[in-house]
Order: sequence, then C-alpha cells, then structure tokens
Amino acid sequence: MKNKKNSDDKRNFISIFYEELSNSSLTIIILSIISGFIMGGILVILTSPEVYKAFGTSFLSGISTSWKIVANTYSSLFLGALGDPAKIGAAIQSGDSALIQKAFTPFLESLVVTTPYLFTGVAVALGFRAGLFNIGAEGQVLVGAIAAGWAGWTFTGLSPWIHVPLAMLVGALAGGLWGFVPGFLKVRTGAHEVITTIMMNYVAYYLIYYLISSPLRDPNEVTPKTPWILDSAHLYRFFPEPIRFHLGFFIAIAVAILVWFILFKTTWGFEIRSVGLNPNASKYAGMNITLVTVAAMALSGAIAGMAGASEILGVTWRQSQALASGYGFDSIALALLAQNHPLGVILTALLFGLLRSGSRVMQLRAGTPIYIINILQSFIILFIAAPAIIRTIYRLKKQSVKEVSTSTISFSAKK
Amino acid sequence: MPPILELKGITKRFPGVLANDHIDIKLEKGEILALLGENGAGKTTLMNILYGLYKPDEGEIFINGAKVEISSPIDAIRSGIGMVHQHFMLIPVFTVTENVMLGEEYTRPGGFLDRNKAADRIRELSETYKLNVNPDDLVENLPVGLQQRVEIIKLLFRNADILIMDEPTAVLTPQEVDELFNILKKLVEKGKSIIFITHKLREVMECADRIEVIRSGKVVGATTPAEASPEKLATMMVGREVDLITDKKPGDLRETVLTVDKLCVRDFHSHVVVDDVTFELHGGEILGIAGVQGNGQTELVRALTGLKTPFSGKIIISEKDVSRSSPRRITELGSAHIPEDRQKDGLILASSIAENLVLNTYFHRPFSNGIILERLAIDENANELVRKFDIRTPGIKTLVHSLSGGNQQKVIIAREFSRPIKLLIASQPTRGLDVGSIEYIHSRIIEKRDEGCAVLLVSTELDEIMQLSDRIAVMFRGKIITIVKANAVTKEELGLIMAGVTPTINKKKIENTQAREIIT
Repeated sequence: MKNKKNSDDKRNFISIFYEELSNSSLTIIILSIISGFIMGGILVILTSPEVYKAFGTSFLSGISTSWKIVANTYSSLFLGALGDPAKIGAAIQSGDSALIQKAFTPFLESLVVTTPYLFTGVAVALGFRAGLFNIGAEGQVLVGAIAAGWAGWTFTGLSPWIHVPLAMLVGALAGGLWGFVPGFLKVRTGAHEVITTIMMNYVAYYLIYYLISSPLRDPNEVTPKTPWILDSAHLYRFFPEPIRFHLGFFIAIAVAILVWFILFKTTWGFEIRSVGLNPNASKYAGMNITLVTVAAMALSGAIAGMAGASEILGVTWRQSQALASGYGFDSIALALLAQNHPLGVILTALLFGLLRSGSRVMQLRAGTPIYIINILQSFIILFIAAPAIIRTIYRLKKQSVKEVSTSTISFSAKK
Repeated sequence: MPPILELKGITKRFPGVLANDHIDIKLEKGEILALLGENGAGKTTLMNILYGLYKPDEGEIFINGAKVEISSPIDAIRSGIGMVHQHFMLIPVFTVTENVMLGEEYTRPGGFLDRNKAADRIRELSETYKLNVNPDDLVENLPVGLQQRVEIIKLLFRNADILIMDEPTAVLTPQEVDELFNILKKLVEKGKSIIFITHKLREVMECADRIEVIRSGKVVGATTPAEASPEKLATMMVGREVDLITDKKPGDLRETVLTVDKLCVRDFHSHVVVDDVTFELHGGEILGIAGVQGNGQTELVRALTGLKTPFSGKIIISEKDVSRSSPRRITELGSAHIPEDRQKDGLILASSIAENLVLNTYFHRPFSNGIILERLAIDENANELVRKFDIRTPGIKTLVHSLSGGNQQKVIIAREFSRPIKLLIASQPTRGLDVGSIEYIHSRIIEKRDEGCAVLLVSTELDEIMQLSDRIAVMFRGKIITIVKANAVTKEELGLIMAGVTPTINKKKIENTQAREIIT
C-alpha cells in the first residue's frame, strides 16, 4: 500500500511538470525560443576574449564588437542551417541544376539531421502520452541501428523493395524489444521506467561496443567497424553525392502523422491517452492498462529504433565506434517543446535539426563552440518549464481562471 | 468591545464571475460562526482572502477593531488567523512534531532543531484542548481524524486566535465528526473563535452559535440554530424550496440480478477485509450498505466491479459467474458503477467532457467502428447528455477539472445511466456535494430503481442510506452483520450495529424481517 502511494507521488511530480509544460500557450513557446537565443547571445559575448579587449579600449568599441560577434555567430548558424540566400537566388536564376543543388545542400543536410530527431521525438512524445517517461530512446536508437545494419549486410540477393523495409522492420523490432523490457518490468514488478530505460541505455552501449569489436566486426578493418551494408539496403537518396538527403525523412514524417492519427483518431489512442492521464479511471472504465503500458512502451522503442535504422541505412551505411549520438536525450526536450503532439514534433525536430546542423558551420566560420547550441536548447526548455519567468520578463498576464483551476488540480493531486 | 474579526464590503471578481459581492461578516470572540453555502457560493474564496491567498478587489478587514492588510498567509498568521484546509497540508513521512514545527522551528544554540521543546509544547496543547495527539507518531500512520487534529495543533502552536475550518467534516466518519465538535466546543470555551465553512445542514444545527448563509457571492441571511430549521436553511442556501426527504414509492421487486455467495477478499498483506459476505440483490430494489468507513465496503465494491480478484466465494451477475472477470466484461453485462473517489477513479480530469462521457463505451458503435473513433457521434452524444442531465458547462470540449464537484458527478451519472444497465453500484454517490446536487442524484437513483434496475448503495452517510434504501445491510470488520428492511429499523439502532454492538434490543424484530425476506 505504501509503495503504491509513493509511486503515485512520483507520477504526480512528472505529471505536474508535464502539466506546466502543456499549459503554456504558443506565445510562451515562441517567447521562450526567442529568449533562448538572447541568452545564447549573451553567453557568446561573455565568453569571447575579444569583447573584453575591446571594452578595455573604449565602451563604444566594446558594444560594437559584442554586436559583431553575436551577429556573426547567428548569421553563420543561419547560413549553415538553411544555406546562403544570395547563393540560392543566384543559382535559381542561373537555372543550372548542379548549382541549385549545391546552394540547397546546407538545408538538405539539416533535413538529414532532422530525420532521427523526428523519429525519436515522436517516440518520446508517444511515451509521454501514455504516462511513460522514456529516457531510453538513446539505447533504442543504437540497437535499432545495429540490428538494421545486420539485416542490411546479411541478407543478399534481395530487391531493394524488400530489403529496405525488411531492414527497417528489424531495426524497429530491436528498438521495440528495448522498449518492451522496461514496459514489462513496470507492469510486472513496478520498476519505474525512468530507472530501467536508463539502465537499458548502458546495456545497449556496451552490447554494441562488444558486437562491433568482435562478432560483427569487419575483419578487413583496423579499427572496430561493422561491414558496409549492401546497396540493396540503402535508403533511396534523392540527389547525387555528396548530398545525403534520403527517403528516411519522409518515412519519419509519415510515422509522425501515423502516430498522430493513432493517438487522436483511434480507440487505441483513446486508451493510450486515458491511461496516460489517469490510469485508475482507465482501469475502472475497463481498459487493460497492463497491455496499453507495455504496448505503448514497445511502440515508442520501435519508433526510436527506426531512427537508428534510418541513420545506418540512409546516412552512415555502417556502424563504427562513434556511437553516442545524443539524439535520444535531445528528443526528450523536443517532445516537451512540442507538448507531446506528434505534429508539433515535426516543427520542433526541424528546429533542433537546423540548430544542430547549422552549429557546425557556426563553429567553423565564427569560431563559436558547438556546445552553445546545447546551452541555447537548455534555456528554451528551462523557459518553457518555468513559464513564470517568461510571464514576468514579457509582462504577460496570467489568466486568473487558470489560477483557480490549477489549484484544484494540485488539491486533487495531493489526495 | 469590538468584534475579534470584521469583514466589510469584501468584493472579489474573477473573469466572468463575481465570487464575493460586498460581503460583511462579524466574528465575536469565543463563538463558532458557521458559513453555510453551496459549492461555488464563494465561501472558500472569502476565506482565501482572509488568509491572504487572494487579494480582494474591494473591502476592508478589521481585527479587534484595527484595520489590517493581509497580503500573504504569513500576515494572516501574524494577525492570529489560522486555517485548516479541506485537504491537509501535512508531510506524511514526518512525525507530528516535525510537521507542527515546520516553518516555526524551535532551535538550540548553533541552529540545531529542538524537537523536545516543540514536543513538550504539543503535549501541553494536546492536554489543554483534549486533542489526544502523540507528538512522536508518524503522520502517515494516523487516521484522518487525528491528522486533522494535528492541523489544529499547528494553528494553536502559532498562537492563532481565529481558526478557519474549511469543510472539516468532509473526510471524517460520523464518530470523528462528533469528536471534532467536542474539540471545537473546547476551543471556544478557552477563548478561541472559529469560522466553520460547510454545506451540511445537520452539522450547522449541531455545533454553530451563529449561521451566515452565502449564495452566489452574497450574504443572504443570518440566523441561529435555535431559530432555524434544516428546511429553512436549505431554502436560503439554494434559493428555492428543496425536498430534503426524497419521495419514494415502494419498490416493485423483480428477478435476482446480483448474487454474492460467501465472498472473501484479502488485501495486500493477506488480511481478510471482506469476510464471508453473502447477499442477493433484485431488480427494482435498493440495498444500502451502511458502515463506518474502512470496514470492507471499498474492497467489496472493488471485487464486485472486477478491480480486485476475490480470494474465495462467488459473484454472479445475471446468472453469469463474474468472480474472476475483468472490469470490462462486468460493465458489458450491464453493470454501472459510480466510484467512491470520482476524481481519482471516475473521471479523467484533464480530458474533455465529451471524452469522459464515452470512457467505457468508446469501442462500441456509434462511437467507433472498433478502430477509428467517430468524433461526430461522440460530440453528439455529449451534447445530448449535457442537456439531458443538466451538466453546467460552457461546452462539451471543456476539461472536466474545471467543473464543480456536483457537475463532475453528473458527468459520471450521465455516462453510467445512458447505457442500458441492470445493476448500479453507487459508492458514496453524494460525498462532498451540495444540497441541490444531492437532491438531483438521489432522485436519479430512485428513478433507475423504478425502471427495474438493481441498486447497491454504499454510503457512510446514514441519512442517505435511510432515505434511499429498501433494505439495509450493515458492514462491520468485513462482515455483513445483518440485513434489515429499511422501515424496520431506526437510525439509532443502525448506529449501534455500525459501531459493532450486537443488536440485542431489536433482535426479534430483525429476525422477523429476515424471516419475511426468506419467504419473499
């Protein structure tokens, strides 16, 4: 009895956090993003030695140097993420398709980075909807990748029409298994999925480390790497080298739409959302919460697994030791930013993809470390999780009606 | 001598609502003032203003004749005002002492907590006011009634002279209510003043010195228990004539719907909580299960609704054994359920009214074809039920948590009553509701019975059991002590049986009724 009460309390903490996030209106989201950029800019200024030097000579030159540095940082970020508008304009005017492709390369590259974010973001959002905090997307991505890769180089003589779906499916199954285990442990033993999914991440790391250093290692390579996947398993790339934009992007969009459809248009989605919001009432209403929990967790894992599959089949074509992707963890932030709406994830994944992809150019051109992007993203999430900050800064009026209703929620939560 | 507390012209507006409209209230030293009003009348808003949680738009507060500005609970405490909230503000894993001293810590030199000194003070207060609280107990181990006394001690510890009690009896058993009233009387004897917020007429009549009735944010009348009658108070409170006694024709007995045979249920620790319970329930009758909270009623209902697998025994609904069936199968057999805790078990507060209204029928036509939800049908159903069951809401997409308690309960009733049912299991169907809603829900339940539905009513409110039931079963320590005809027993007799006193005085009468029942 006591244990049960405790686990209820834990759920409440998460649900209160989630409630804060989902209560924030679109205004707050947009203002949070803007504020995130402002904070990032301030940080860039504070960490640039040139600024201090310029302030040493005169205040005015200090200000102008600060401005220049921030402008340079963000314009490089923009160019890196979307491409150079001038170049794009010129290329379109010239009508040369090779030039046009070249001009759009940064943007297409951003979409390549967006693709895994889409899958993992939808995966985490789906988990949240079912009341599950899937922190294990990282591990699910990894096992999805290695499993899809294995299917990609093992099965020979298949047509791409069969081989690609097969490899994607194998990746999804592996990710699904990685999600199923925490789900199963939760309903059977009460083990909290936050703990078990984190553990499963470590299992995934070291399992893959082992697999690529011995059983699945390409014997012809010096460093631990898997063999190349076969051509028939490549996800279709729309443009010639070096543009890597591939079919996975559209599969991810389709998955996002499918999950939206399941969640909001089907009886099964109704059950997932009900169980996520109030498992007790769902049980009273005759829903099988055990089944819903396990299935939602497995499905969440499967979608995260597809992220890994699409990376190996569409981008890297083999798995090497460069493992830690960070996609799984970023996806928690972007799912929250999207308020766990699968269609919202399309937008936030794009935002994160653009930031991540643009940051490389930013580092090269402006010399600003890539990590500033992480800080920027963290600020955005912080602002959204603590809307009071944004309300105070921008003097937004908090609706009193909401005040009343949230107090009722906290009362009922206490009960 | 000026009154200890005076509110003058307090007005508070929320967008679209005038919660308090120029309220004037006086509290004299050493009296219990009852603030009576329906849910949503503005009682709690007023008290939150007094406690510094809301800022009034207009109006002034005087304490002992001096004007005070209360802008936070800290100001309120400093002015000697203390509040016991409806939902306790206690930390379960802390001891009584730790809870009481939280925010008002006694320290030894060097900043160390002085628990002993605080504990001594608590013992002393407990002695003075006969509260019977042990400072070393863990709060989570205390029954609700004692937890409430810990809240009272918290206020006394801070030297509060004015005590605000917000719906203090909502969570208590009848015995605990009586004990609370004794404590309140003790408190005023020793010079404290109390504002008692409630919507229960009986309590007001029993313990208040004066009564102020609030309706729609206004004070609509002041009276004393000596002058008032429950009927008069109810009329003032609701603004129209109210039937406190629900009219009910004798029932028209039909075939057996529910048979419970030697049912035993065990809890997590394998303690027997439902012990060898046997009864039959027919269509067209209401069987009331009376008993003090915690005597196995909750577990009995959980077993009957498929949420808990019985340890042994049989449950038969419409000739089908459902002892080990899922909740889904039981609802599909035509059983409806009004759960004890509507917010926890009956509703998804963060979902819309429309979705809550199909919570257990969403997989049926016309709401879906088994896979795809039919939004139009779901919305149409919601519009119809909102109209038919008079659910007061801005729209069907409104989230349920923004509805008042009575309207939340109407959502559950609308959902359960709108499908074809043969059996209704209603647990505490009117707990925490105002007079108007109680009247409504009672008449709906009787309506269902008259249609031939079998009703199992579980309630700790004896009045409710007496009013609605055709037969009454009393549960004590997991057993059904006796089943009697409702008209063959008095409230006092039931009270004794509920407390575990074997019915000797009327044994003969009860035996007779039982004999009659066996014949029928």
